[in-house]
Formats: sequence, structure tokens, C-alpha cells
Amino acid sequence: MTSSTPDSSGGRTTASRTGSLQGNSRRGDRLFFAASAGSGILLLVIMAAIAGFLLYRSGIAISHDKTNFFTTFEWDPDNILKPSFGIAVLAFGTIVSGFIAMVIAVPLAIGIALFISHYAPRKIAQPFAYLVDLLAAVPSIVYGLWGALFLVPHLAGLNSWLNTYLGWTYIFQTTHTGAPARNLFTTGILLAIMILPIITAVSREVFRQVPRSHEEAALALGATRWEMIRTAVLPFGRPGVISASMLGLGRALGETMAVAIVLSSSNVLSLHILDAGGGTFAQNIALKYNEAGLPGKDALMASGLVLFVITLLVNGGARLIIARRKEYSGANA
Amino acid sequence: MSTATPVADQAPLPQLHRRLTTARLPRWAPAATAVLAIALGCAIGAGAGLRSHLQWGLLSALLFVAISYGASAKVEGRRQARDQLATSLVWVAFILAVVPLVSLIVYTIQQGASVVNIDFLTHSMKGVYSSGPGGGLYHALLGTIQQVGLATAMAAPVGLLTAVYLVEYGRGRLAKVVTFFVDVMTGIPSIVAGLFILSLWILALGFQYSGFAGSLALAILMMPVVVRSTEEMLKLVPNELREASYALGVPKWKTILRIVIPTAIGGIATGVMLAVARITGETAPVLMLVFVSDSINSNPFVGPQMNLPIYIWQQYAQVNNSFGYARAWGAALVLIAFVMGLNLIARGIARWRSPKSGH
Repeated sequence: MTSSTPDSSGGRTTASRTGSLQGNSRRGDRLFFAASAGSGILLLVIMAAIAGFLLYRSGIAISHDKTNFFTTFEWDPDNILKPSFGIAVLAFGTIVSGFIAMVIAVPLAIGIALFISHYAPRKIAQPFAYLVDLLAAVPSIVYGLWGALFLVPHLAGLNSWLNTYLGWTYIFQTTHTGAPARNLFTTGILLAIMILPIITAVSREVFRQVPRSHEEAALALGATRWEMIRTAVLPFGRPGVISASMLGLGRALGETMAVAIVLSSSNVLSLHILDAGGGTFAQNIALKYNEAGLPGKDALMASGLVLFVITLLVNGGARLIIARRKEYSGANA
Repeated sequence: MSTATPVADQAPLPQLHRRLTTARLPRWAPAATAVLAIALGCAIGAGAGLRSHLQWGLLSALLFVAISYGASAKVEGRRQARDQLATSLVWVAFILAVVPLVSLIVYTIQQGASVVNIDFLTHSMKGVYSSGPGGGLYHALLGTIQQVGLATAMAAPVGLLTAVYLVEYGRGRLAKVVTFFVDVMTGIPSIVAGLFILSLWILALGFQYSGFAGSLALAILMMPVVVRSTEEMLKLVPNELREASYALGVPKWKTILRIVIPTAIGGIATGVMLAVARITGETAPVLMLVFVSDSINSNPFVGPQMNLPIYIWQQYAQVNNSFGYARAWGAALVLIAFVMGLNLIARGIARWRSPKSGH
């Protein structure tokens, strides 16, 4: 704030030449500066309040917890005799579904971004990019509805195929064959579809910013199109793609309703990702919230705090990577 | 671009071209490969008795990649084959992305179109037996419009002013901190925003569940989006305009209000509309804060309200029968139409105003 004073004083000296205007404009300047700086500070206050309130409530909850908050499987905070709850299953489910989503979405999104920026005929590329942007706006509850009523039945075949041929890997083994595919794998696929648009949009912008001269230099040296992309486009775009992926991951981790609809929740921690059951932080909050008493709500806030911290780290990391590359963004050049 | 050049060279210098480049697959090769792959994929799919057509498609895609790589490796050599492989993989990625996305839209329209009619749009669920047909979403639509309107009224001015601060005043450490936390705030999981309002507004301050509580959470989600987009737009306003204004003795606040913001207003409006579209679809925070209601409540400050995403959730998860599903699809269609409409309006404004915001 202090270093912004010379700037506003510069404005004041300009105005001070016309005496009658001086008082008015100075007051207006000060007021306007106060209002805009105040809004900025308000945002910071909100962020601090979010962290503060969640910390306070979680502190209460965890002090009541009779078991280890990080390693307990079950979620029973409203039990008067022995309130016990832990985030082990939730953390596992959140990380695994996020991981599956990333494994599927990132290569696909890079492919689509390259398609839009370098491969597609211009007539297809523009409307398709537009379509992808529009799909980013589809509400998550609609993705959830579609996932439960369309994707789950359609993935049954793939699940049984994976179980039959890849069941020996342990991960793809199912212990309850024939159950609906309301498992972490399906959740991961749905999350992948949901975060595809945002990863694609950011990567595409980065790929577009690759200096034309780099590409032409590679082509002039006799590179094929793929070699040009590998040597010029991908190295330039790598930080952008990484941060786009992390933004997508942040979204996948915090996704609530789609997961709440598709994944059948249970307090079982199992590496069989094709078995129904498991849970994520956000899903647990949405599902347990209605029946929770006050201790239950506090416990949910504790889990919300963990989710908040995780997404904060992921998003902060992504932003730092982007910020390092800011000179290429070319705004206000 | 790169593929077009050799073809153009070919016409005047046929012999030279022949000596300089290796053998090439004809231009119709990709199309032929695609047809072959699809035919083979369908044949194998039908032969092996795979039920899902999705699997036929996957098989065809794999075959397409394999065949085009093989053919290219045989005719053109390894480097070209690798190039071919990358091209076909990118095309397959494109098709793989289109399938679920288009399926989502088509399926929603298919399922929802038969439900949505005037009755559905103008009636609430009050007194409607939920395991039967009938009823509508008027109460939810009304709630959505009111809550989103309130959230916008709170978030848009704060977001706009913050962006003004960051672009016009912010040079110091505070600006850097605000910028960073705005970015971080963009990534707050919506459910965490809901939890925060729950603990502050309802548990700590003792207010009741209401539409307004929901709009508070929505405002938190909306603010950083508005700041981000407005900031980008203000940065696009050329500095010459500001300098010209200062040179005429106009004070800074008036310059911002009369010169900078009007120049960028199209982009700002677009950003706000996109933010509105984003929060309209939010379910999780509102679910905890506005409660659920089957009847029309036109006062967002008192009593439980409804809203479209919650309506979908309620009809799917709590009613949970074919009539509930039908109503859920109907509401999903209305919600998508609403959000897409906002998006299209936003893009319309952007296109309409964009030439003026340039130089």
C-alpha cells in the first residue's frame, strides 16, 4: 500500500493546479482508493475467516474425537459414548479418484489441445474449441445425473472385462461381480470428463503462444510435424500444461455432487478400485450433513479443512508455476 | 501447414520432388484407414459378441492407430510413421473427447424434452405426490434467480473494485498478496465455501437457513472469478487513454469511472455473466444453506427455499423413482439451457464490444 502513494500523489499534483477542483478531487480520489483497496482487503479477510472458522470448528471436533483423526476408517462423530471419526477412507478415495481422473484426462487434454492448436483444419478447430469451452459450464449436478443414469450402466461391460483379463493385478479385481459400477474407477472417469475442458482450455492457450519462429525453425530443419511439436511446442508449453493439470486436479478433488451421486459410499478402504464403496471428502460432507448433529457438523468441518488445505496446496503450486511464466502472457504489453 | 507445402511444390518440379522426398502414402490414406478400422472394429465387435457399442468404437480407434502406424512404417519409414502415430493419436483423443461430451448434451435433451412444458415451468411441487407424475420446478427456478441475483449484487461490485485496485492502484506488497489469494480463492472447493457460511452465518451468528445464506456462499465463489476476468479486461485498456485524461486535469477516480471502466465494460460484463453461469450450477454449498422446500417461497431472506441444482438432487436422490428421474432430467435441461443462454449472451457481449476495447 505504501508504495502506491507516489502514484496517487502524482494524480493529486495534476489536479492541484486548478484550485477549485482540488478539494473535491482529492476527496474523491481518497474515497475511491479506499473503496477499491477495501474490497481487496475484504477478499483477504474472507479468506482468513474461512481458514479461521474451519480451524476453530475442527479444533473442537478433533478434541472430541476418541480415535486418531488421520487413521480411523469409520465416521461416527455423533456417537455420544465414543465419538470416533477419521479421514483415512476419505483421503484415500479423494486421492485415488483424483489420480485416476488425472491419468485419463491429462494425456487426452494435451491431445485435444494439440488438435485444436496444431492439427485441426481451422473450420473444425474454432467451433470445437467453443464447444469445449461451453462444456466447462455444464453444472456438475448434471454430470452427476448423466454419470449415474448413463455412464454407470455403460461401464458395466468394461468393468467385467477388466476384472476378467486384468483381475490378476489386484487393482482391477472385483469381489462383488455384477454390482452396479458405482466405484472409484467410474468416479475417476467421470471426474476426468469433467476436468477435461479446463485442462484443454489452458493448455490450448499455452500451445498457441509458442513463438511461430520456433516452430518454423524446427520445420526448416526438416522435422516432421510431430518432431516439431516434440522439440518446440511441448517444451515451451510444459509449465502451462503442468499448471493446467493441477488446476484440473484441484477441481477434481473438490468436486462434490457428481461424486455424491455416482459413488456409493461406505467406510471401506480397498485397493480394488472396481468394487463399489469408498468415499471422498466432499461427498462425505454432502451426504452426512443432513443427519449430522452439532458434533457431526464440526467433524465435517474438520474434514472440510483438510480438503481446503489440500486444494490450497495444489492450486497455489499451479499458480506459482503459471506466475513464473507470466512474461509470455502478453497482456498490457 | 507443413503438409500443404510439399503438395504445392509437387506441381512445378515433379522430378526434383521425387528425388528429394521418400515415398508418401496417398492423401486418401487416412480416410481409407478410418473406414477399414471401423469396419474391422464392428466386425470384431459383432463377432465377439460385445454388447456395448462403446467398445466397438474403442476397438476401431485402436485399430485405426495401429493400421495407420503400420502402413506408414512400411511405406514412408520410421520417422514419418511416428509422425503418423502422433497425428492419429491426436485425432483419436479428439473423438474420445467428443463422444462423452456430445452424449451428455444429447442424452439430457432427449430425456428432458418430454418433461418440460408450460405446466412443468409454472408449478411447484407443493401437494404433489412425489412417487407420481406431475409437479414442476417453478419454486426452484424462482429460488435460483433470486439467489444468483443476490450473490451477483454482492460479488460483482466487490470483485470490480478489487480488480480496479489491482490494476490502477496496486503496486505494493498488498496487491501481490491480494492477487495470489484471489487466485487461490478461485480454487476453493464449493463445499468448503458452504461450510464456512454454515459455521459463520448459521452456527455462530444464529441466522436461519434461507436463500440469502445460500447466496452468501455463492458470492464467495463468484468474487474471485469476477476479479480475474475484470483485471484482464482493465489491463487491455491502453495507457494512452489514461494519460490523455490525466493530461486534461481529470482526477484519477474520475478517469477510472468515466474512461477506463466504460472502455472495458463489454469485457467486464462478459466476465460477470460467465461467473453468474458458473455459480448457477453450484449445488453443494446451497444444499447445506437454503434447505429444501416443495412450495414457492418468494422471500429469499426468510424460510427455506429451493433452487434448480438442489431440485435435481432431491428428485434424483430422495424421490428416486422413474417420475423423480424424469423431473430431474427436465430440471437438468432447464438448468443447462439457462447456463448456456448466459454463456451465449456473455460471448455476444464480448463480440459486440470487443473492437472498441482494442486500440
